[in-house]
Amino acid sequence: MRKLIISALVAAGLVAASGAAQAAGGGAPLLTEKWSWEGLFGRYDQAQLRRGYTVFHDVCSNCHSLSLVAYRNLAAVGLTEEEIKTVAAEREIADAPNDEGMVLMRPGRASDKYISPFPNDKAAAAANMGALPPDLSLMAKARLGGPNYIYSLMLGYKDEVPEGAEIPEGKFYNTYFPGHAISMPPQVMDDLVSYADGTAATKEQIAKDITAFLNWAAEPELDERKSLGLKVMIFLAVLTALFYALKRQIWKDVH
Amino acid sequence: MSGLKINNKALAWFDQRLPIISMMHHSGVEYPTPKNLNYWWNFGSLAGFVLVVMILTGIFLVMNYTAHTSLAFNSVERIMRDVNYGWLIRYLHMNGASMFFILVYIHIFRNLYYGSYKAPREVLWWVGIIIFLSMMATAFMGYVLPWGQMSFWGATVITNLFSAFPIVGEPIVTWLWGGFAVDNPTLNRFFSLHYLLPFVIFALVFVHVWALHTVKSNNPLGIDIKTPQDSIPFHPYYTIKDLFGIGVFLMFFLAFVFWAPNFFGEPDNYIPANPMVTPPHIVPEWYFLPFYAILRAVPDKLGGVLLMFGAIIVLFFLPWLDTSKVRSAKFRPLYKQLFWVFFADCIFLGYLGGKPAEGWYVPASQAATVYYFAHFLVIMPLLGKFEKPRALPASISAPVLKGGGAATAGAHAQPMEKA
Repeated sequence: MRKLIISALVAAGLVAASGAAQAAGGGAPLLTEKWSWEGLFGRYDQAQLRRGYTVFHDVCSNCHSLSLVAYRNLAAVGLTEEEIKTVAAEREIADAPNDEGMVLMRPGRASDKYISPFPNDKAAAAANMGALPPDLSLMAKARLGGPNYIYSLMLGYKDEVPEGAEIPEGKFYNTYFPGHAISMPPQVMDDLVSYADGTAATKEQIAKDITAFLNWAAEPELDERKSLGLKVMIFLAVLTALFYALKRQIWKDVH
Repeated sequence: MSGLKINNKALAWFDQRLPIISMMHHSGVEYPTPKNLNYWWNFGSLAGFVLVVMILTGIFLVMNYTAHTSLAFNSVERIMRDVNYGWLIRYLHMNGASMFFILVYIHIFRNLYYGSYKAPREVLWWVGIIIFLSMMATAFMGYVLPWGQMSFWGATVITNLFSAFPIVGEPIVTWLWGGFAVDNPTLNRFFSLHYLLPFVIFALVFVHVWALHTVKSNNPLGIDIKTPQDSIPFHPYYTIKDLFGIGVFLMFFLAFVFWAPNFFGEPDNYIPANPMVTPPHIVPEWYFLPFYAILRAVPDKLGGVLLMFGAIIVLFFLPWLDTSKVRSAKFRPLYKQLFWVFFADCIFLGYLGGKPAEGWYVPASQAATVYYFAHFLVIMPLLGKFEKPRALPASISAPVLKGGGAATAGAHAQPMEKA
């Protein structure tokens, strides 16, 4: 048994080392933050999600889609039913053909997915100098470093391009973007938005809040997942202990 | 076939006509098992347990999954977001695949250490290798289904391997794809086969257990069951031991599911497949990395493909490549060391498989590949001739019974690990 435990620890170490080695694969080391949802008991900070949503709504959503999140899901970041209806109705979407066969536009509803700012990808790229703003629904899971990558990217712009780096016309230098030349202009700056809860909107604060919101958008199940996990683990610990006791009991006469 | 006495008349009537009850009693209760099995013998039943978990979660996933290039990615995300406990089912399935491979790799290395592949267990070993191959095919096709970037490009790279074969290569690839690129027909057939193969594996596991029960389990001493004192009935001794193992394993498994569900995954697979954009670094899932390293170690494409398949084919011949008369590494002082060197070589190959094929990684992969094959083709045949094994105990019971004879001196093992 002792051997087995040692082997398990060695294996865990190997796995962890390979994970760390893989994570270290991309460019400059990322800025890291202590996120509220990390760790065994981590949970989203409701107030932060709400602030992050403000940033997304006022800034990001002008160019980026969030196609996997429905307006109704925003209840989880603290929007009331009325607020959800209002936000949904801000944009229009093609309705089903009416009785005359005409396709008319109608305001969005709570059940709709977050309506994209552009009718299609080509239009989105054309309006952004040829670069398609990626959908943000899964951004926190789709990049190495996850939330730390988003946070770093937000704060990684440099006004002066470091020597040796070539940045084409219309692109910007970002320390953490692969290849450094990013099409998105710097977005985050002090007092870019004003928070309803009175939090000072420093650029670090804004970067943190949008990161939290996007992590929620990618992993909306996280709170439920971790809380169910704790219950399951306590149950399994007791069950396994009982199995072990029973095993000792049954085996005690075998020599 | 069974010492079972059925008291219920209706059941006895049924059992005389179809002996399901006595058969289950024979192989699940009475089955005489060596009494000295250690915890490394838990991993076979654990793998069987995970197979059931995979099939069950898979059935529920299929109820909500759509196998079409334009819908697959979002249908998986709908499972994650809108299906009740869909995230749990999907994360169980996703991490279950990695768990299955961890358990099976441990099961295989246990087998190598204790020489379980040797006579009379060669066919049992073969069936095991076929299960392993089927698992690899199933896992590969399953990884394609979410239709993310790594799904698409992984499928492209791996299916392209077949194009290395002269003349028939290109037609084979076109036939596999169902077209001239990885596309909707590929996704559809992979989905179909991904649903079929687990049931084939299930049947193969049945054959594996059948073969096992015919030749009986090996044990840490690697000697045969000689007297009734050497064995104990499977139930309750090993049923409870396996249940305890399942409890421990579930805690390990679910720790990933609940707290690090994407630990084994690639971030790129959360980007929808795009044939126009190649990811900078295409890597297969971790459990393929050692074989991927062997594939890339050879400068020639066909050579690499042949060597990669050869790395598994060679296992079929192991019972004859290993010339030692002694099964367990406990009594083989040299093999005991070389086993760990081989183990380290496999881990190293896995590490190299995850690295780009450049710099020192290339010669290191080549050296590790050479050692992999040398272990089977040179070391194993020679070792049996030169190694002086320690004296074997007279029986399984001998080393643990007090004053069990001089033969026990060499067996410093703890055959009855009470944990």
